[in-house]
Amino acid sequence: MDEKTLIARRVALEFRDGDLANLGIGLPTLVARHLPPGIDVFFQSENGIIGMQALPHEGVAWNDLTDAGGSPIGAVPGAAAFDSALSFGLIRGGHLDVTVLGGLQVDEQGQLANWMVPGKMVPGMGGAMDLVSGARRVIVAMTHTARGEPKIMKRCTLPLTSVRRVDLVVTDMAVIEPTADGLVLKETAPGITVRDVLAATEATLIVPPDVPVMPITA
Amino acid sequence: MKKVVKLTDAVSRIPDGAVLMIGGFMGAGTPPGLIDELVRQGKRELTVIGNDTARPGVGIGKLIAARMVRRVITSHIGTNPETQRQMIAGETEVELVPQGTLAERIRAAGFGLGGVLTPTGVGTVVADGKRTIEIDGRSFLLELPLKADFALINAWRADYLGNLEFALTSRNFNPLMAMAAAAVIAEAENIVPVGVIPPDSVGVPNVLVDHLVGKERSHG
Repeated sequence: MDEKTLIARRVALEFRDGDLANLGIGLPTLVARHLPPGIDVFFQSENGIIGMQALPHEGVAWNDLTDAGGSPIGAVPGAAAFDSALSFGLIRGGHLDVTVLGGLQVDEQGQLANWMVPGKMVPGMGGAMDLVSGARRVIVAMTHTARGEPKIMKRCTLPLTSVRRVDLVVTDMAVIEPTADGLVLKETAPGITVRDVLAATEATLIVPPDVPVMPITA
Repeated sequence: MKKVVKLTDAVSRIPDGAVLMIGGFMGAGTPPGLIDELVRQGKRELTVIGNDTARPGVGIGKLIAARMVRRVITSHIGTNPETQRQMIAGETEVELVPQGTLAERIRAAGFGLGGVLTPTGVGTVVADGKRTIEIDGRSFLLELPLKADFALINAWRADYLGNLEFALTSRNFNPLMAMAAAAVIAEAENIVPVGVIPPDSVGVPNVLVDHLVGKERSHG
């Protein structure tokens, strides 16, 4: 199993039946494929729909039914479409149960940077700042390091997406919960030791006496 | 009042230097005929307000590629390398706005509000130069209204009076922008007789639409 699939299968366990969820483009989108049986989640796409799903089969793509990346999608029975003000009202107004986003850096305060690298990559924040500020629960799904460099830092060096503390960080090495006291190491990935995680992390981690192995969906 | 006009006439009303709101999200819900005609007429020095600059060759991306845009106010340019290149080279000014804030700034202008207070961006670079206001112990940024000279709107159907109906994710910023511009030019996939669009299905009421463009068909 590749690292992204592992992360997606762990994040998928965080959903509750009936949740309204928004998944970022890329790794987070993989999560939808790994939901446990019996968990029905409504997925929002911020361009204006609740009830998005992957295109069910070829030949049904339509220009007026797209995801936030502009690619054709399907819609489940019971889907609803709306304008961008309502879409972001759902996000900021406390109606969105959970968002899963990628990350460039997370720091000891649980703050996330994921929208720009000054001088190198300035794609714009899109909906990320609203999602992190407004979702009831924010889950960061990212690789633990980038080209060997830690992404979980004492202090983010990249511009923040929000000052809000995210709720959970799931990587290919660990599950970490940012708390008021600091970052708590909750789980390690299969085959990864606590020592491995500490070596790959710049931030100080709070390590409980017992750190279980990460469960994942089938 | 006759609202249905030829595509060329609709676009010739737009002067160089105009501030345009253009509906759409990665090209979905961006009026294709109006974009192509803007390029054909070679408008210059435009300010464009839109969710994104799509991809090269798609939607607003065509205006960027044709070097017609002096300034763009948008939430995302990551899918269009040409916008990023022009921004870094100092050829095009880019103001990045969080997507929900962009929607609310447009809505504020159209709905007669003096601004909106949003938690989005507090404590980040987005807050630079803006007022932070405390309400019940929470911090909010004061974001100001955004209005335009023209809104270019894409609808699935319109009737001859200019009532507009939208389809799924092509709705996005279109109904908000139709409220926030001095003049509204709507392009519809289909123009249908009055009465075909039921009142409950009207997404933009006809009084907001100044000029309406349909697909130009030849029946010869």
